[in-house]
Amino acid sequence: MTRALKLAALAVVLAIAPVDAQLSIPEIPYDAVDPIKLPDDIYLGEAVGVATNSKGNIFVYTRTGTPFSTLGTRRTFSRGGGARLFEFDPSGKYIREIGQGLYGFLFAHTVRVDRQDNIWVVDEGANMVIKFDPEGRVVMTMGRKPEAINVPGGTGGGGGEDGGGGGRGRAAGPAPTGPPPPQGTGVPGDNFNRPTDVAWDAQGNIYVADGYGNSRIAKFDRNGKYIKSWGSRGSAPGQFNIPHTMAIDAQGLIYVGDRQNNRIQVFDGEGTFKTQYVNVGAPSAICITPGPRQFLYASNSNPSTSMDNGEIYKMTLDGKIVGKFGTAGKLIKEFGSVHEMDCKSENEIYVGEITNWRVQKLTLKPK
Amino acid sequence: MKRFIGFSLALAGVILAVPTSAQQVPPRATAFATAPDIPFESVPNFLTLPPNLYLGEGIGVARNSKEHIFVFTRSGDTRLFEFDQNGKFVREIGKGLYGFAMAHGVRVDSQDNIWTVDEGTNMVVKFSPEGRVLMTMGRRPESVEGVEPTPGVAPGGGEPYRFNRPTDVTWDPAGNIFVSDGYFNSRVAKYDKNGRFVKSIGVRGTEPYQFNTPHSITADANGNIYVADRNNRRIQVFDSNLVLRAIYDHVGAPWAVCISPGPHQYLFSSNSNPDNNNSLLAAVAGEIYKMELDGTVIGKFGKPGKQIGEFSTVHAIDCRNPDELIVVEITAWRAQKIRLKPITPSSTR
Repeated sequence: MTRALKLAALAVVLAIAPVDAQLSIPEIPYDAVDPIKLPDDIYLGEAVGVATNSKGNIFVYTRTGTPFSTLGTRRTFSRGGGARLFEFDPSGKYIREIGQGLYGFLFAHTVRVDRQDNIWVVDEGANMVIKFDPEGRVVMTMGRKPEAINVPGGTGGGGGEDGGGGGRGRAAGPAPTGPPPPQGTGVPGDNFNRPTDVAWDAQGNIYVADGYGNSRIAKFDRNGKYIKSWGSRGSAPGQFNIPHTMAIDAQGLIYVGDRQNNRIQVFDGEGTFKTQYVNVGAPSAICITPGPRQFLYASNSNPSTSMDNGEIYKMTLDGKIVGKFGTAGKLIKEFGSVHEMDCKSENEIYVGEITNWRVQKLTLKPK
Repeated sequence: MKRFIGFSLALAGVILAVPTSAQQVPPRATAFATAPDIPFESVPNFLTLPPNLYLGEGIGVARNSKEHIFVFTRSGDTRLFEFDQNGKFVREIGKGLYGFAMAHGVRVDSQDNIWTVDEGTNMVVKFSPEGRVLMTMGRRPESVEGVEPTPGVAPGGGEPYRFNRPTDVTWDPAGNIFVSDGYFNSRVAKYDKNGRFVKSIGVRGTEPYQFNTPHSITADANGNIYVADRNNRRIQVFDSNLVLRAIYDHVGAPWAVCISPGPHQYLFSSNSNPDNNNSLLAAVAGEIYKMELDGTVIGKFGKPGKQIGEFSTVHAIDCRNPDELIVVEITAWRAQKIRLKPITPSSTR
């Protein structure tokens, strides 16, 4: 080998070295299927929410149809039609629609199922968290849908999920006295501003990630009574830049996917910051497995405007990466902006994708 | 003196651009005077709809290999209907679809997949022949952001995975996907068959490789891509790497282009009368040209009007059978099946 060639070879080795370090995270082999079978006249839109109950039934909360707003009224009123909730059996066979035409179904964000098989949806457009019993009837509502919507005038971005929050500038209550609180703290209570997710601790306390407009985690007791909230817009520990997804482990520790800060923050039930994991990209979706040995999955989803990233990490609860799998794309087994994950079983994961309008069931096959 | 002339021309250009109807009337397409007339008939009562269904504006039309007809219409909601080869209603596809808000195009690929292009949701959606969603491209703006500002015109080409009022889609023989995009962006974007971005060409303008509303797009068997650059009143022809090969500027403003299959392919282009119901503009437009792929005009047919056999702003042409076209019209809310007859000496002026 000539000296020049050796140098060239060395340069190649040096160039790929950092990539090599990343590749040292083990790849977890997996299979994927799209299990969902819908009637001929029903289509999924953006599959932003997916969850399973104790029987293995699958719930999909989707942005579909066309949300309406009124013209010719003094204020502009939004009507339903923007979001739908469907239930499927474990094989993916369609069972029913829940909440058809519901007042709070405007712009879907997530669906979660609690240990009693109640179904909770978080609607980013209605600013509501709605609890359904297993039969599909409303048993509790949190937050309130704005009476009317602001229709912004001529300028502005309308950038969607990547543009950052800012909310829609609604008045949030009576005029404040004293210095204004830091941006994103919200008002004490369940006046959400584009909330994103919901989770519960072992006592049944309810935690709401809130969200795009506010930048906080709000805690309520099992009956929906406000207890406290923490967080404001920023990048310091305990601050958030779009708390987008949330999960709670068996000890009651709260894991928040602080997406635009590229980290997962961990808090105790009182909101005390414990630690953060900054090695798994921008967590769009996280979930924690049940069982004596719990794992944390976090999806570094590709934004809808690119096919970069897209991998999902498997971690132990202390943040150690066990492995990763997947990449962005449109084919089966590839991911189109994963928006929610369900991992009631360690090696059987459901993912809901924004841009592929699809739910996939993943079967992991760790070596 | 030279500078003065240039200044005068620029000034004249500004004056001509003033949007009053009298000054906007373009000349007849240059091929109009010499192109032979192709005799044709419109098949009466061509489509039959159930009593409770109506077409709105006829925006997109395409046939599959079984000659089933797909019509994409702005009808209350934007809707996609399938009819059998005799024009009998079969079913609706994509009812209430998240990707449907303002229809612009429907095309059927060589595997009978159905592709819709919606300029309201900024999405291209691929359906299987059975009518289920197989792939989506682009993304609908989030409604939670409220009403998007009314777009003006963009000087540039746009982002890889986001369209802005796209208009049409076509494929080369390898399955690469080409999207004309569109009213706001001014470009043609190329993707591989799995929807991964390859490249994009075009900014707004009048030079070669520039577009002023790329409104319709089609491909021949060699993978050449024909872009109807409507407001520049020309068809730009590219190879499948999007290298410019030719410009056809003699057939008026191409609203809709279509290339027939088979060993001898023909290019159809509609110099449609505009949809603003301006009689001055309608007087110099409305005909459809039949061409060889090299742009040589074989003949023309049609004129503006509301009667059967006349055209009310043709927005799409299906030419799977080059002797039996299907056209849809914006302002007449209908589809017509057009049977072309051989050109005879008596039919030529």
